[in-house]
Amino acid sequence: MQTPHKHVRRSRSLSFCRLLLALATIGLAARAHAQDWVHIESSNGVDRIRVAAAGFKPLSADASTQGYKHLFDNTLYTDLSNAGIFDLVSQSLAPTATPGSPSEMVVAQWAAAPANAAMVAFGSLNVAGSTVVVNGWLYDTKNSVDPKVLGAQYSEPASDESVRQIAHRFADEIILRLGGGLPGIAETHIYYVHSSGGNKEIWEMDYDGQSPHAVTHLGTVSLSPRISPDGNRLAFASLGRDGWNIRIFSMLLGRMVSFPAIGGTNLSPAWASDGRQLAFSSSRTGDPEIYISDSTGGGLRRITSYRGPDVSPVWNPRTNSQIAWISGRTGLPQLYIMDTDGTNVQRMTDGGYATSPSWSPNGQFLAFAWDRKYGPGAPGGQDIYVMEVSTRKWIQLTHDAGRCDFPSWSPDGRHIVFESVSGKNSAIWTMLADGTGRHKLTSSGGDSMPNWSWK
Amino acid sequence: MNVSLLSFRKLSLAAVVAVGLAGVAGCHHRNSMPINTTPDSAPVAGPAPTATLTADPVAIDLGQSVVLNWRTQNATTVTIDGIGNVNLNGTTNASPSTSTNFHLTATGPGGSTEASVRVTVRVPEVPAAPAAGPEDLTSEQLFHQNVQDIFFDYDSSDLRPEAAATITQAAAFLTAHPTAKVVIGGYCDDRGSAEYNLALGETRANSAKSALVAAGVPASRLRVISYGKEKQFCTDETEACWQQNRRAQFSLDR
Repeated sequence: MQTPHKHVRRSRSLSFCRLLLALATIGLAARAHAQDWVHIESSNGVDRIRVAAAGFKPLSADASTQGYKHLFDNTLYTDLSNAGIFDLVSQSLAPTATPGSPSEMVVAQWAAAPANAAMVAFGSLNVAGSTVVVNGWLYDTKNSVDPKVLGAQYSEPASDESVRQIAHRFADEIILRLGGGLPGIAETHIYYVHSSGGNKEIWEMDYDGQSPHAVTHLGTVSLSPRISPDGNRLAFASLGRDGWNIRIFSMLLGRMVSFPAIGGTNLSPAWASDGRQLAFSSSRTGDPEIYISDSTGGGLRRITSYRGPDVSPVWNPRTNSQIAWISGRTGLPQLYIMDTDGTNVQRMTDGGYATSPSWSPNGQFLAFAWDRKYGPGAPGGQDIYVMEVSTRKWIQLTHDAGRCDFPSWSPDGRHIVFESVSGKNSAIWTMLADGTGRHKLTSSGGDSMPNWSWK
Repeated sequence: MNVSLLSFRKLSLAAVVAVGLAGVAGCHHRNSMPINTTPDSAPVAGPAPTATLTADPVAIDLGQSVVLNWRTQNATTVTIDGIGNVNLNGTTNASPSTSTNFHLTATGPGGSTEASVRVTVRVPEVPAAPAAGPEDLTSEQLFHQNVQDIFFDYDSSDLRPEAAATITQAAAFLTAHPTAKVVIGGYCDDRGSAEYNLALGETRANSAKSALVAAGVPASRLRVISYGKEKQFCTDETEACWQQNRRAQFSLDR
């Protein structure tokens, strides 16, 4: 088993810095016993498999096929790299061979040093008329008898978009088989707020930041997009003449569908994982409180009643029997959880300024934004944290990465997308759920409030 | 990811220590008295300066003056915006023509510290027109002279003491103009989270609404909209600017 040397070294140097800080403040060491570690398992118990992605073989020599081939190779490599579960053979160490079919595949070439691949993905790409055809295989280099793990053929109208989507689908097939049975995220989408000319519209992009495009064209300020679990309905809060209302856009119909305006300021909708209920904040009775309704706005019931702002509810997607939310009932906003009938209220954060929770798909963790040193002139940063719900132990995922907010879990629970603001520049970033592999997805300077699709 | 457990242990241990160091920032300034800021403790050549800046009174009528009073420690240079370099401790008179944030910077070998204080200037009350009809309300200026914005402290939706005069004046005007309907917009400065600030802006606007209702204005004439940090008047990263944004703003509901 190969070790991810680079990664381990980085972790050590990081923790060494932290250790120095800890030593410098030894007087407080006693408090440190209260906080043990939280282990976020991105790999789900599977050791990192060393995987190579061979360049796909173009079956015709024309320029467009070459262009598609490079787009395909780059997308597949990036998807496998982003997955965070592979030790990916760098392109400089991989053989230059481009086997286009099993008969051209010499497994020993990939198993040997310096590639040392345990698995190799390869195949061919062809443009026939207006159709692009991709054949892809995944081979186990340690299995000389029956090396084929996966073989797949994709045929789509030829376009850059199709080629990217085929690469995403092939990557997800590989990740599903090698990633402990969890579906990959290469075909998922991210919904977010795009600011332009004083208005804010809801936009959608692929998980890797490609194909950004507008969903709404309402000409006002719309915030807090939350896609339904089936991907068919997009809920958000929108500013109208009478204030803020929950609005729903049908992805199937391509237009707004009705949701009742109930009065007051209505914010931050959140879907239950069965898609049948919405939780949101409403001030219809004067003070912002958490409400639950069915997916069309009926059956409205209020579940908090305490003076001060209550906002940003999210469901425990595992059970739909608990809600985490943000409340300013004791002053600065803090993270709380409660049962969906409003009982069992528990405060999770012990101070600072905590906002924007997102509940992990397995129900175990809450990601949220936290400024632990918040106050007038305080130098502290607002960073993304993950807390284990059962123990309230937490780890800080971002450091000196701008003012971070609005974390949202990927459906596989291995990734978190979030907003980072530096100066007046707001961008969407993604990272693995342990804080590594951080990279920027948007560059317009006005993108915020990302929400990862459920599938 | 096989992140070593060891590294997580140290990370979270350091994080707890950091919490211990930082303490909990309560930061509820219930009046407009000094807002001290202390920079991050970079390597320091001496103790960080401290500074306080107060104004007496904090609210004046146009043409009156206030006494600014400041005290610093560990500072070598003290400046007040708009006044310039001043003594390390001192007092001065000021007659601002509009509501003003006085902002002091104290610099010493140990870094620099800021303090500020807001002085509210009341514009003279314009005699209310008797038995006004809607046509008289077309004057936005008349409305805004009498129904003025209310400003809030950091992360607070409680009315400051000086807001009482503003509310009284506004309620008198609205009582004299019984057909006027009002939208109260709640605003926040651009720090903090967008969703939470919308809820906070709502509670700020509601505070202003409750005060007007208590002063006799029927609730049916008042409508609340929170803008959170979505519509900022001022976008500088300064306390003076943040203060302009933390407000309940009244406008005619047409």
